[in-house]
Amino acid sequence: MSKFNRRTLLRGVLQGAAISVALPILDCFLNEKGTAFAATGERLPLRFGTWVWGCGFIPERWIPSATGSNFAMPPDLAPLTPYKDKLAILSGFDVKLDGVANKPHITGCLGLRTGIPVPTEVVSAPTLDVLIGDAVGGGTRFSSIEISTSGIERSYSYRAGGSPNPSEISPLILYQRIFGDGFQDPNAAKFTPDPQTMVRESVLSGVKEDRQRLMKMVGANDRARLDQYFTSVRQLEQKLALQLQPPAPVKNFTMPKAPPEVPLDSEMDNVLVTHKLMAQLLAQALQCNQTKIFNVLFSDTTSNLRRKGESTTHHTLTHEEPINTKLGYQEQVGWFATQSMVAWKDFLDAMNGIPEGDGTLLDNCLVLAHSDCSIAKAHAVEGIPVMIAGNAGGRVRTGFHLAGRADPISRIGLTVQQAMGLSVEKWGTRSMETNRTISELLG
Amino acid sequence: MSIMAGERQTRSPLSRGKMAALALLLSGLAAVQQAACAAQEPAAGGPPVVRRLTESQYRATVADIFAPDIPVVGRFERAQRKDGLVAVGTSEAGLSSFSLEQYDASALGIAAAVVSKERRDRLLPCQPKSETQFDTSCAKRVIEHYGPLLFRRPLAPQETARFVETARAGQARLGNFYKGLQFMLAGMLIEPDFLLRIERIEPNPKHPGQFRLDAYSKATRLSYFLTNSTPDRELLNAAAAGQLDSEEGLTRQVDRLMASPRYTGAVRAFFEDMLQFDLFGDLAKDPVIYPSYSSVVAADAQEQTLRTLTDHLLTKQGDYRDIFTTQSTFLTRALGRVYAQPVPTRNGWESMEFPASASRAGILTDVSFLALHSHPGCSSPTLRGKAIREIFMCQKVPDPPANVDFTAFDAAQHDKASPTARDRLEDHQTNPTCAACHKVTDPMGLTLENFDGGGVFRAKENGALIDASGALNGVKFNGALGLGQALHDDPDVAHCLVDKLYRFGLGRKLTTQEDEHTEQLDQTFAANGYRVPDLMRTMATSNAFYAVSVAGKEPGKGAKGKKGAAVTERAETRKQVGGRS
Repeated sequence: MSKFNRRTLLRGVLQGAAISVALPILDCFLNEKGTAFAATGERLPLRFGTWVWGCGFIPERWIPSATGSNFAMPPDLAPLTPYKDKLAILSGFDVKLDGVANKPHITGCLGLRTGIPVPTEVVSAPTLDVLIGDAVGGGTRFSSIEISTSGIERSYSYRAGGSPNPSEISPLILYQRIFGDGFQDPNAAKFTPDPQTMVRESVLSGVKEDRQRLMKMVGANDRARLDQYFTSVRQLEQKLALQLQPPAPVKNFTMPKAPPEVPLDSEMDNVLVTHKLMAQLLAQALQCNQTKIFNVLFSDTTSNLRRKGESTTHHTLTHEEPINTKLGYQEQVGWFATQSMVAWKDFLDAMNGIPEGDGTLLDNCLVLAHSDCSIAKAHAVEGIPVMIAGNAGGRVRTGFHLAGRADPISRIGLTVQQAMGLSVEKWGTRSMETNRTISELLG
Repeated sequence: MSIMAGERQTRSPLSRGKMAALALLLSGLAAVQQAACAAQEPAAGGPPVVRRLTESQYRATVADIFAPDIPVVGRFERAQRKDGLVAVGTSEAGLSSFSLEQYDASALGIAAAVVSKERRDRLLPCQPKSETQFDTSCAKRVIEHYGPLLFRRPLAPQETARFVETARAGQARLGNFYKGLQFMLAGMLIEPDFLLRIERIEPNPKHPGQFRLDAYSKATRLSYFLTNSTPDRELLNAAAAGQLDSEEGLTRQVDRLMASPRYTGAVRAFFEDMLQFDLFGDLAKDPVIYPSYSSVVAADAQEQTLRTLTDHLLTKQGDYRDIFTTQSTFLTRALGRVYAQPVPTRNGWESMEFPASASRAGILTDVSFLALHSHPGCSSPTLRGKAIREIFMCQKVPDPPANVDFTAFDAAQHDKASPTARDRLEDHQTNPTCAACHKVTDPMGLTLENFDGGGVFRAKENGALIDASGALNGVKFNGALGLGQALHDDPDVAHCLVDKLYRFGLGRKLTTQEDEHTEQLDQTFAANGYRVPDLMRTMATSNAFYAVSVAGKEPGKGAKGKKGAAVTERAETRKQVGGRS
């Protein structure tokens, strides 16, 4: 081993072993971003993720009637009561269209994630998870992990317009990808770097030598695509470099067992099971620093969720189910909206179930949960429901409801980036351009 | 004209000549000057493209270069469809971190298999003097053997030297010659030159100041068009010898590739793309409502359509338009249950004719079409009508307005007096906002209502007899057989095939300058009795298929693309005008 970084140093200190430090200590400590030390000396990375559910909500069942920290949880948020203090409820923030055609279930979702409403699937990439990942996501095996739990391979995470970061849809395959070949048990007694990994690393540096030659050959659009390719090569290289270093020990980590094979379809009962399994695997992957960035798609924005024994999907119901005049809303659509919040609670359970430092994994995360529209029947992009969970290691304040009063939703994206330590002054375009941080969120 | 004609994706309903004139007027003097230049060119083309290999191309390429039994273990991400074709999407698709991770996994698996003890003697051109000592000349021979096949061009000496060094360094670290080769090969398999088809241009010696594809890019375009796979040694040799520049040399290669068994694979790849079979990956059917639908049926249904198409178009050299009327098909026993046809063969495929009583004719009555363009629990005249317009007629049906009011529609859904889809969709036709688009989809889609969302025949829905009458462009007909005949007779259908096939070959939108050529192709297609192999041969042997127009670009300087931008602009102008027509 010729390389030492903070982790190897730390490991030495923790084990009380004497090691020599080949680099100036300061450089070692400052080289990696997005990490912090707890008082115990335990390494606590800061993570960012999104959790998306499709087809909006029933406002009267979701928006708390009071703002501030003294509010009652309305019926659809009731399952989340245990997390009231760890959640910020953000209602009434709008995607501003500025005359751009509203592509149903797309414009709202991507407008929120990029600050730019688009009339088609042609995304103004990158999405904010990629922006944050580039700033704080280094030093992990995967640059990000994408998950879709309703049997459909979709993703709203884009580095470049032409290529979403694809989602895993199977718990078993997710398990194999993270905990199968190439996974290093952080608490293993012995570490032996694999010489094959060293060879692969040097092969990859050879690939990069071609960059200049290729860039000269192609036009501007293709240069951007090649650029993405070389970014991916760098990420693969970093992943290999990481495998050549002993992993930092992780407290309370137990190697997960392979999950059972489950039906991968859109029936709600099955989706809830799949989602729980994948949330648990993701939480453990975060715990042992396999990634710092994740995107979970509970249901697609054009939600294909179905109720057992029913043929009509959630999305179709939003358009076809008549309003129950007694209730004042679409009853079956309401059921899906309620279940979506039950799933969100399952997700928080998984993140909160892992102790870390003085609190839990969730405390060192910032999870941005959102839908693609407010009232799906009309594809309304005004007042898209948003929540922020976790305190991002103390950088974010939670435990309140804030009414956006038709402010551009890009204020949320801007604030989240700032909370994650990005120096960004303003974000979004036209009416969505904003420099107004949501100060209530910053702790 | 109103919106009802739909938006043409590629060509305007106006004649191409008129359109070109209109585009010129709209884009002003600069465009006129450029068009004047273009008129002097031997054949108009578009920009060279960088295309990502599709999953089927990747698999075929690996099988052709190494061996068919080499495993490909990585996963492929969802293909991006642009302008109706994944083939066009490959020119815009990026390469995410996930996809490189997966390509890397495939590369490691392929390389390990190639140098494995059981395969190395068969697949490698030499043996090292000793496994523990580096054999430079053998490593070099391996690189010279596989390098040009993987990169679809000869390797520069410094590239060969770099790979030799990679193999040497691998051997030094791992102590074994084959291990060094293995990781070198794995590296080659994730090089951009392998994963991407990067078209290169060079000055055109016959037309100073202009450019053409270099011979290897030409060979690659040709090879993937006619075999869905990488150029073989013979084609690369022909490119090296400059034979692809002569009509005779090019024709010889075209005929050779079309005579090879791989040609069928290319035709299948085209139709899989055009018919959007990749969407089967997302297709879910409610098992309670469609007990006959299963993953076996889904796979067999796609194969049924592809077999029917290759049998009709290649084996029988049939008329393309007859794919909408033919009653010949292929069934497995699993499909026989869906089609209510006896299939005596227990395992495998049986060629058969649908009896008149089956009410099936043409690929629109195939389960692969009917089930794919339906909802999970019901059929959809709208989705089916939209698919017919977009897939077979190259028309773009606009999305519904985001703020559409479904109140009247909702009421009809739950009205017992509306037992059939036709009753429930009536609001589409009577409400002017809905009617604008639904007029172009529903009347066609309703003629397929005798088939439910799983593709099973039904005479009644909710106890009421289904009325399957409909119309296309004013021609009235009844049921699926009438629809098939109407499509057979619609000239847009043949034009659309020409456009799609051409765009499949080029991997991009067509430019206005190429209209003249595609119009000629339309005429040739008709004159040759709408025979697809003849059409593909005409395309592949024409200069236009390989033409590039990149004025303002010097090789090696990066495209400034002044003219390239104008091309896009004019193509956009045409598209918009088409939309308003």
